[in-house]
Amino acid sequence: MKNESDLLEASEGMGFVQTMDRREFLKLTSLGLLVMCAIDPLLGMAGHLSAEAAPAAPDFNAFLHIGADGRVTCFVGKIEMGQGIVTALPQLAAEELGVPLSSVDIVMGDTDLCPTDQGTYGSLSVRMFGPTLRAAAAEAREVLVQMAAERLQLPVAGLDVRDGVVVSKTDRTKHVSYGELTAGKRIERRLEGQAVLKSVGAFTIMGKSAPRRDARDKVTGKAKYAGDIAPSGALHARILRPPSHGATFVRADTSAAEAVPGVRVVREGDLIAVLHPHRDEATRALALVKATYSPSPSTLTHETIFEHLQKVAPEGRETGSHGSLADGEKSASQVVEQTYLKGYVAHAPMETHSAVAMVENGKVTVWAGTQTPFPLKAQIARALNLAPENVRVITPYVGGGFGGKSASMQGIEAARLAMATGKPVRVVWGREEEFFFDTFDPAAVFKIRAGLDAAKRIVFWDNVVIGAGERGSALFYDVPNHRTVVRGGWSGNSGDMHPFAVGPWRAPGANANVFARESHIDAMAAKAGLDPVEFRMRNLTDARMHRVLEAAAKRFGWSPKPAPSGRGFGVACGIDAGAYVATMAEVKVDKGTGEVRVVRVVCAQDMGIVVNPEGAAQQMEGCITMGLGYTLAEEVRFKDGVVLDRNFDTYDLPRFSAVPRIETVILDSPDLAPQGGGEPAIITTGAVVANAVFDAVGARVAQLPMTPARVKGAMKG
Amino acid sequence: MKPISFSLNGVQRKLTLDDTRMLLWVLRDDLGLTGTKFGCGEAVCSACTVLLDNQAVRACVTPMSAVNGKRVVTIEGLAHDERLHPVQEAFVKHLGFQCGYCTSGMIMGAHALLLRNAKPTRAQIIEEMEPHLCRCGAHVRIVQAIESASAAMAGGAS
Repeated sequence: MKNESDLLEASEGMGFVQTMDRREFLKLTSLGLLVMCAIDPLLGMAGHLSAEAAPAAPDFNAFLHIGADGRVTCFVGKIEMGQGIVTALPQLAAEELGVPLSSVDIVMGDTDLCPTDQGTYGSLSVRMFGPTLRAAAAEAREVLVQMAAERLQLPVAGLDVRDGVVVSKTDRTKHVSYGELTAGKRIERRLEGQAVLKSVGAFTIMGKSAPRRDARDKVTGKAKYAGDIAPSGALHARILRPPSHGATFVRADTSAAEAVPGVRVVREGDLIAVLHPHRDEATRALALVKATYSPSPSTLTHETIFEHLQKVAPEGRETGSHGSLADGEKSASQVVEQTYLKGYVAHAPMETHSAVAMVENGKVTVWAGTQTPFPLKAQIARALNLAPENVRVITPYVGGGFGGKSASMQGIEAARLAMATGKPVRVVWGREEEFFFDTFDPAAVFKIRAGLDAAKRIVFWDNVVIGAGERGSALFYDVPNHRTVVRGGWSGNSGDMHPFAVGPWRAPGANANVFARESHIDAMAAKAGLDPVEFRMRNLTDARMHRVLEAAAKRFGWSPKPAPSGRGFGVACGIDAGAYVATMAEVKVDKGTGEVRVVRVVCAQDMGIVVNPEGAAQQMEGCITMGLGYTLAEEVRFKDGVVLDRNFDTYDLPRFSAVPRIETVILDSPDLAPQGGGEPAIITTGAVVANAVFDAVGARVAQLPMTPARVKGAMKG
Repeated sequence: MKPISFSLNGVQRKLTLDDTRMLLWVLRDDLGLTGTKFGCGEAVCSACTVLLDNQAVRACVTPMSAVNGKRVVTIEGLAHDERLHPVQEAFVKHLGFQCGYCTSGMIMGAHALLLRNAKPTRAQIIEEMEPHLCRCGAHVRIVQAIESASAAMAGGAS
């Protein structure tokens, strides 16, 4: 059998070491400076760390290593799924260490080599993990400068670091490189977090666009994703799936599949799989399995779900309130009331859930396309009844996640089947499995009632959020009397709300919450007869929000006019992952068909210090483009537990022809630490388009997605 | 089992296999060329796009019988001696990718277009690329990359 490094040798792109076997790791770290992490700072940074993600091998929790050749290797438990942290995180380390970016390598998402991490989601990588990585690099720099001071017999204060070389400030001939300092030694340091981070003014690498490290791998086909890992002798597994959610297994006849030459069938409790070295042949054999299931008891559909949610959602909790709604009602001269709806949305990453598992000497190695390698490791250990140290999860490139690969059942399936067959097993979900087992962004209902006084100020706001959770629901407008009640979150299934799994979807809950709030604010602006930007400015004092609104208006060329102006201009704003976003859009509405075409989008974002401006712009463009899907077309249809959308022929993602001109404006915000970048710009898409549609045709579409039929329906009133 | 012979990235290959099997899985499982990706299995996402006699086809629905005697080019066959093809170079320059999973198919689709029409208009690019799905939303940059590749291949400034 080939060893792991052979399997991946083709994939080692510039500075991204996709995997390193243990022998290589020990060899690398046997000499040089190693900054280790204590687990506590991570806990503090990342909020609660689930018990199942607890570290198994703390002796390998290294943050970064500096070798005698001066090369730096960062070990991070985060994963790369397109968001670009394979580039941004080394920028942070290089900046604080004072080394060229090209001398920094990164190992990601390997549970044997990287510090424990709860997962890559929530726009946390740069915002929350970034400071820890910077601290480790700064700590390393201090250690090295101290060593240089001893070596050069100079005071620390008299030394500077330039490109990995410690130099005397007064005598340039006195210098020593990091490599020379660490050569032949092994130095270990625990991260104390005492080192001083560089100030913005001193940045030479952060804040500048760096070339993406994954570029060459990805344009040549060399980038390896989990499904590309092919240990010799590996079998592809296709797994028997129920026809609907809620259906229960009765029996299965696998004899016809077993009779196919080269096919192996595994039956292990609830897991029935057909295996063959070629995936297509395994798929054909699976079709020969005759299975019987009892029907699902679910009678819900994508149309009846909204009634159902209102009926069964838990009572809810107040997530924000101020003043008295009754007082607000009394001072209101106009009241606007509306119910907003949003359907289920799929993650639909282009790479389906994929994993490859191999068992050797009682130890399971699983390559998985996952956002949560450490929790997955714990789940596999539990499912296989193995000690955690006998499970290793390696995360190659992930072909899109968007929250959907926080759940990684395929990794457990691959591990179970590898254990059952004694062979390496590849599990690559079909698209229909992806749509069936997806943890959808939940359907949601919002009931908002709000009032204006004679001065056209919002005097009360009463919002009941059903199914979307709290994120994005906070009111940043200055409203003296308000209350927000949240009934049911975006994760889990409280009160049997959903007929299938729901979970985190890029900016979970915020897309729906911002759609409802910003649609309603717009409806109030129209009621007040005020330009929607002016109305927002008058009703909020948050200086950061004013600034992003002004920046968006300036780039867009917004001229004030009350809606509907017929121009098809819309605005929406919001706060997510610490970033402030204001988006403006221009749409054209075909009044005959109800079809909406988004012509232009301008998005202004204040995300604090920007690590990689070009990468940040890419994320914003991606957010806006992806957001057009849930805004205009994407809705998972289902009936009686059966997911009706099983592939892209009926579930339509945004395509080239639908993509507008997109302009991004990133505000200079040097006084604020880096904030989230992968999610904020998606939250305003629904509302900005709904508001632009209102401006174009005077009809308020209160349900996402805004299909042509719904737009036409709204126009008829 | 039937003998199938075809040119793969310029090299003549002879295989004996069930010729109803699809090119995608023969490339990936039998020949170890994993640059061509599986995305949908029904020719509705274009992640598996390869060139068959210079035409873009979806490998997931192209049976081996249709490959016999033809020339297949995959993403692995574009760069020569570490030199990227101009379309690949343009995708790097314009960052026409994020997660990268649709990228092989995008590049092969763009390459097929430029072979047929060296100077496509923006509308022609969008029409050709319309069946190609990208979930990350790299579309704007992909179009720029294709325009830039077209200019570079014509010898103009990119």
